[in-house]
Amino acid sequence: MAEEIAPREVYGKTLVELGRENPDIVVLDADLFPSTMTRYFKDAFPERFLEVGIAEQNMVGIACGLAANGKIPFASTFAVFGTSRCFDQIRVSVAQAKLNVKIVVTHSGLTVGEDGASHQALEDLALICSLPGFTVIVPADAVETAQAIRAVAAHKGPCYVRLVRGKLPVILDDSYRFEIGKAYTLRKGKDATIMAIGTMVAPALEATSMLANEGIDCRVLNMSTLKPIDEAAIIKAAQETGAIVTAEEHQEHGGLASTVSRVTAKHHPVPMVFVAVKDKFGMSGKPAELLEKYGLTAKDIAEAVKETLKRKV
Amino acid sequence: MLLYNVGVTMMPSESKKQSKTPTDNSNVGVFSSDEDLAAVCKRLRRDIVTMIGKAGSGHPGGSLSAVEIVVTLYWKVLHHKPADPAWPDRDRFILSKGHAAPVIYAALAECGYFPKSELDTLRKIDSHLQGHADRTSTPGVEMSSGSLGQGLSFAVGAALAGRLDSQSWHVYALLSDGECDEGQTWEAAMSAAMFKVDNLTAIVDKNSIQLSGFTKDIMNLDPLNKKFESLGWHVIEIDGHDLKQVLDALERARTVKGRPTVIIAHTVKGKGVSFMENNVDFHGKAPNPEQLEQALKELA
Repeated sequence: MAEEIAPREVYGKTLVELGRENPDIVVLDADLFPSTMTRYFKDAFPERFLEVGIAEQNMVGIACGLAANGKIPFASTFAVFGTSRCFDQIRVSVAQAKLNVKIVVTHSGLTVGEDGASHQALEDLALICSLPGFTVIVPADAVETAQAIRAVAAHKGPCYVRLVRGKLPVILDDSYRFEIGKAYTLRKGKDATIMAIGTMVAPALEATSMLANEGIDCRVLNMSTLKPIDEAAIIKAAQETGAIVTAEEHQEHGGLASTVSRVTAKHHPVPMVFVAVKDKFGMSGKPAELLEKYGLTAKDIAEAVKETLKRKV
Repeated sequence: MLLYNVGVTMMPSESKKQSKTPTDNSNVGVFSSDEDLAAVCKRLRRDIVTMIGKAGSGHPGGSLSAVEIVVTLYWKVLHHKPADPAWPDRDRFILSKGHAAPVIYAALAECGYFPKSELDTLRKIDSHLQGHADRTSTPGVEMSSGSLGQGLSFAVGAALAGRLDSQSWHVYALLSDGECDEGQTWEAAMSAAMFKVDNLTAIVDKNSIQLSGFTKDIMNLDPLNKKFESLGWHVIEIDGHDLKQVLDALERARTVKGRPTVIIAHTVKGKGVSFMENNVDFHGKAPNPEQLEQALKELA
């Protein structure tokens, strides 16, 4: 069993490292620093930490004023509050203005668990990906989170990084090098490709073991940069494996399924099945129970692969 | 599309690094003028009605009400360099009421940020003078606004950035009274007081009219002074068309320490054009050719 680490824990610690290296890093939070783990930065650099209270619109606006004047602001809260709650501010003040603001959210998706539907962001990627110029990243584990946070700090322009509440198995080793816009092949395979993001990457790998027992050889791509998407990797997978399954802890609309389909539809259509939330809100429950109820398990991914193979010519 | 290299659209770290080459840290090029401000105001009003008339759409009322405020800022208060919009030491002027873009465009053109002839391109395809203020299009525009209530937050962030870097520049934010309906304005007001940003002055252009009627009928804001006071702001109230009062207030605001200052400027919507004054219809309607002719006669 792989070691499990909460990516938000790594986020908090990486911010402290960045803060030490770069005096222009400023961190903002909206009354959630004990949960988003910006607490480490708050303790290390109190003068560069801004607690704005429960006021996400103002948090985004302040971040814009900081960014326009040479600072690199990281604004953090839960995914629901960091997107839909302040979407117009992100649209006009950040994206239209092309400002160097970093929005890093935690507690995305169903795996928030017991807090239920109001707290389970399942549409945040659809919203953020709809804005021109945004870079959108969904790290698969702690190793990738640390590197992605460093990458967005170095990248000039608006960035969104989506993290979760829980611990995730560490699937990447220290030799891994995250690069914005590049998909990463976690497993080679010829029969079909599973493209996954965030929490669904580990189940995607688990699904390949189940399928291998049935003689099905699956490729797995970690699509951690949702925008700009790695079109070349998608086209290559479509051409070489002829079937694609996407897997995400998000609505089918507007996230990975939509993004990958747009690429295949334009360049190389193949049979596809989407493992995603099907136009439903979440509910309270244990994370594992929720993933099972909403069809987001390794078994669901394996079934989806078999379905695409039936349609493969 | 763009005719100008818009300095402020450069990403921050870039602009910092490059500031040594295109920008100049001396006071050479700082705007100054001895011209009579009343005459400048009249000229700006002519620019405003003319450009909106030529565009065939726009917001004359809230542009005309802010003329004395904007002219006093750009001609007497702000340290700024028209030839170097991204000058690091400049005072920051944030237009939160983005629909009043014509008053800023007129001021920027008159100061020399771009040729006055460009005012004729307002709201036209591929123009760098967008319908609402846009920092990526226009030299000298700090913030993209138009969706109301967002500017004070931006101004707080700018003021905090200046304070973190121990800079002496000051941040001015121009708000409309109507946009005080937006909750974000009050989120920002609370945070400005909490963070004690005394390098920030907000000016509310209190012309008492918003798109669909008088503010007192749409959503009453009064007493506006007490609202800001109760949140910890220093409040100054003035006649926003009295140039002496405007200058005095702006100068006093810069000396207040330990808390932000708001200047509540009582103004007349559509000021200077008889048929636009206090007329709700001219919040967001352009004068037709006859009305433009009449307006220019009155402003001659």
